[in-house]
Amino acid sequence: MKLFLKIWRQKNPESEGKIISYEIDGITEDMSFLEMMDVLNEKIMHNGGDPVAFDHDCREGICGSCSMFINGQPHGPDRGVTTCQLHMRKFKDGDTIYIEPFRSRAFPIIKDLVVDRTAFDRIQQAGGYISINTSGNTLDANTIPIEKESADKAFDAATCIGCGACVATCKNSSAMLFVSAKVSQFALLPQGKVEATDRVLNMVKQMDLEGFGNCTNTGACHVECPKGISLDYIAKLNTEYAKASLKK
Amino acid sequence: MKKVTYSLNYRKPKNQYSSNDELVVCLRYYHSIGNGKYKVTKKSTGIKCKLVDWDSDWHKSVNRHPIKSSDPDYLEKNRLLKNLSVELHADAKNIKISNSVLNSKTPEGKLDLKWTSHKNNVRLVSPANKRNIDIIVVGTGLAGGSASATLAEQGYNVKAFCFQDSSRRAHSIAAQGGINAAKNYQGDGDSVYRLFYDTIKGGDYRSREANVYRLAEVSTSIIDQCVAQGVPFAREYGGLLDNRSFGGVLVSRTFYAKGQTGQQLLLGAYSAMNRQIARGKIKMYSRHEMMEIVIVDGKARGIITRNLITGEIESHSAHAVVLASGGYGNLFYLSTNAMGSNVSAAWKVHRKGAFFANPSFTQIHPTCIPVSGDYQSKLTLMSESLRNDGRIWVPKNLDDAKKVRNNSLKPTQIPEEDRDYYLERRYPAFGNLVPRDVASRAAKERCDSGYGVNKTGEAVFLDFSSSIIRYGKEKVLVKGLDVDDINLVKSLGEGVIRAKYGNLFQMYEKIVDQNPYKTPMMIYPAVHYTMGGLWVDYNLMTTIPGCYAIGEANFSDHGANRLGASALMQGLADGYFVLPNTINDFLADDIKTGPINNDSPEFVKAKKSVENTIDKLMKINGTKTVDYFHKKLGKIIWNNCGMSRNSVDLKSAIKKIQKLKKQFYTDLLIPGDQFSFNEPLAKALRVADFMELGELFALDALKRNESCGGHFREEYQTKEGEALRNDDEYAFVSAWEYDKIIENSTLHKEKLTFNNVELKNRSYK
Repeated sequence: MKLFLKIWRQKNPESEGKIISYEIDGITEDMSFLEMMDVLNEKIMHNGGDPVAFDHDCREGICGSCSMFINGQPHGPDRGVTTCQLHMRKFKDGDTIYIEPFRSRAFPIIKDLVVDRTAFDRIQQAGGYISINTSGNTLDANTIPIEKESADKAFDAATCIGCGACVATCKNSSAMLFVSAKVSQFALLPQGKVEATDRVLNMVKQMDLEGFGNCTNTGACHVECPKGISLDYIAKLNTEYAKASLKK
Repeated sequence: MKKVTYSLNYRKPKNQYSSNDELVVCLRYYHSIGNGKYKVTKKSTGIKCKLVDWDSDWHKSVNRHPIKSSDPDYLEKNRLLKNLSVELHADAKNIKISNSVLNSKTPEGKLDLKWTSHKNNVRLVSPANKRNIDIIVVGTGLAGGSASATLAEQGYNVKAFCFQDSSRRAHSIAAQGGINAAKNYQGDGDSVYRLFYDTIKGGDYRSREANVYRLAEVSTSIIDQCVAQGVPFAREYGGLLDNRSFGGVLVSRTFYAKGQTGQQLLLGAYSAMNRQIARGKIKMYSRHEMMEIVIVDGKARGIITRNLITGEIESHSAHAVVLASGGYGNLFYLSTNAMGSNVSAAWKVHRKGAFFANPSFTQIHPTCIPVSGDYQSKLTLMSESLRNDGRIWVPKNLDDAKKVRNNSLKPTQIPEEDRDYYLERRYPAFGNLVPRDVASRAAKERCDSGYGVNKTGEAVFLDFSSSIIRYGKEKVLVKGLDVDDINLVKSLGEGVIRAKYGNLFQMYEKIVDQNPYKTPMMIYPAVHYTMGGLWVDYNLMTTIPGCYAIGEANFSDHGANRLGASALMQGLADGYFVLPNTINDFLADDIKTGPINNDSPEFVKAKKSVENTIDKLMKINGTKTVDYFHKKLGKIIWNNCGMSRNSVDLKSAIKKIQKLKKQFYTDLLIPGDQFSFNEPLAKALRVADFMELGELFALDALKRNESCGGHFREEYQTKEGEALRNDDEYAFVSAWEYDKIIENSTLHKEKLTFNNVELKNRSYK
């Protein structure tokens, strides 16, 4: 198939970016979206140009590197997938596709479609852990039975890949879904309850410091999340935060 | 002496033979190792000669024929011997065998006490002194992440590096199926010894006993540790941890978190790192790639990195350097590895003197989504855990296979009796859960014989229909519903499968556009893991003092084939429990050293050489992009050094790679400049190292004249087509010393001794 691409090009964080048009032919529907981008980049390089920079690594939907805003949606039109798992069969011959980076004040652009998501790391550093030493001299793993339902819910929260689609799609650039996933995972497990109070306060504080916006419950984050992280966790985050605020 | 000699292979004292006894003729090549000493490469010819016909003075005659004319076939036999000796001479003269003996530093004592006694005997560093010591860790996957966290927690100052934008994105994240541990929670007879035994046997007796035992021993602590960190492993309704089974074993010892076990374990290690980053004990450098190691006074004291955003070349110093940079499966271009996974960090260290062990030991994973086209950038794994419930088959009749290939017959239309469940047929004891190397070769055998089921003929079926029915019936019975309602049974059964493998099925569906609940998956083997890596001793130190290698980057635990769910185990064992104990022993000498200066002449020189390497690549200004070369290299390796190998192909691979390398350095095209974000440049630097590795890879496979584990040499197989090991001559680790001309690399052998297991034919029948 033949496609008309409109891609955000920006040389570096300081320079101004703009949309550049490209035409590309010979794309088959079995290709992944990133393989289409590979083909485009080969073509650009052969014509003496600078290839489009984008983040990608595992190409199987788990590392969370890829981050393209495709036709107004993070990770494109398919549901439950990352950009690398999006296949060209979701597009038609002659389509025009707009490709932009994940945009948020907290995710400054590095080059083209590559953004800096270290804000997410800093939020995790503010409390996304259980403070135990890695000596191996802990309790036997089966000492504390955990109700299957809680364990499964904690797991579902923990499947967040930290891609930032929730932020990119939110009109407020809110990171609530991301933060709620970590807070909930630990809040649902007995091991995590010990530090629950400080954790939620510190992570939310860092989230605000990084410049992410507030949540107004539009639910777009859940819809666009490639792992389908539930809005219930945002409710859980709010509960945890309220409880913690009362305690402190 | 640089000639090949002939001798007879006496099996008992000479005087016990009669003159009419027949003996096999052997060839010997003497390698000089200095001081008038020699080491011998010996090779049996298979040609027999009666004692009476043997001319022991053959070397004195002009034509040097060892078999006398009294043997009726003497002309033919002498001719064959001559040819074989020329061949061996050509082969052996390039192998340099040095006098050095690799010291594995394995502790003395009983196998099950070695690790404990070693921990009791190594030197310690006091908490106050640890504050004055820096450690560099390259890579933040399971091994690097867990090591960084633990070392920082102990008090060392850690500098951690990764090329990804966040340490959470290291490729351990993609591991699916699970992690082994000898907990015996299922009460099915598991033990530390059994895990050790399964791993040694699974590796086809090409790994070090003491290392493997230690791995099995610490495996139980890993699970305790991870649960304490909040890793949400799968649980049963009673609230206790659930297990499943993996290939090559007869117990259920695999802990898992759906199909995302690697992700959950890595996020556990990532959270432990974050805690130390918050305390200021780890300084994290993301989007940094290691370009060189710096050696000062014989010790590893730092690295040179390239900042992938700005292109800046930076010097970082420390008292020790730990490589946790993963495996090199991307040598094949198409693999299940992430796009960025590479050998460069390990290779730079190899170039500076660290030996590279068993480079050709590669794991080809049997269950991956088949290749669909030339543009393909990577292959996707379907977890081994699927073989718990999926049955592998191809049509019994060639005709059916043909029809399936051209879409005129659906797999679901082929009746049960016309299906060949070839693993269950060939290996009744282990069935679909044979180890990966065995399953991969069996798939290749069926496809090569014309039974492949996709367009290219390179795929087999992985079928869940019988499990769906089995689980469905169970559910129906539990709920007291109608067992004969087949649709109900199927839908409940699908629910069970969805709960177990939901994300894998979804992944498959997105890529292939077929519903694997309704029609069998199509799978084919693909490169997945590399058992080979930097040679390390029992302390996980390479042959460069102060430079350690952990996780997939080293060679130590999996021999010639790794069992499923053991990579996560090894990564975390090395990082959480082994290295943090052994590294103290080396650092105990550094309590008074003080900070290492990062602008000493050694650092300046290393930095300069990195800049020169980059300049050289940027100046080529050729016409072909780096992917062009990478794809070509991958094809050479896959076609000649893949699932089965032979000496002719391996030799031709070496020549082809040499040619490709030349072309690479004359016709490479890199756009832009080196002082900014430039992914093609980063890739080119990695592929340059793959070129060298590829040649050593083929050389290593060529020199190992036996089949073992994932290394299958067509010349060495049983009548049934199983791998034929040669323990007398090849029970050793090949540790290669670098030479600029790769073919001249020196082979060092670490002999493997087995005192606790009997070397048996590895049978899964």
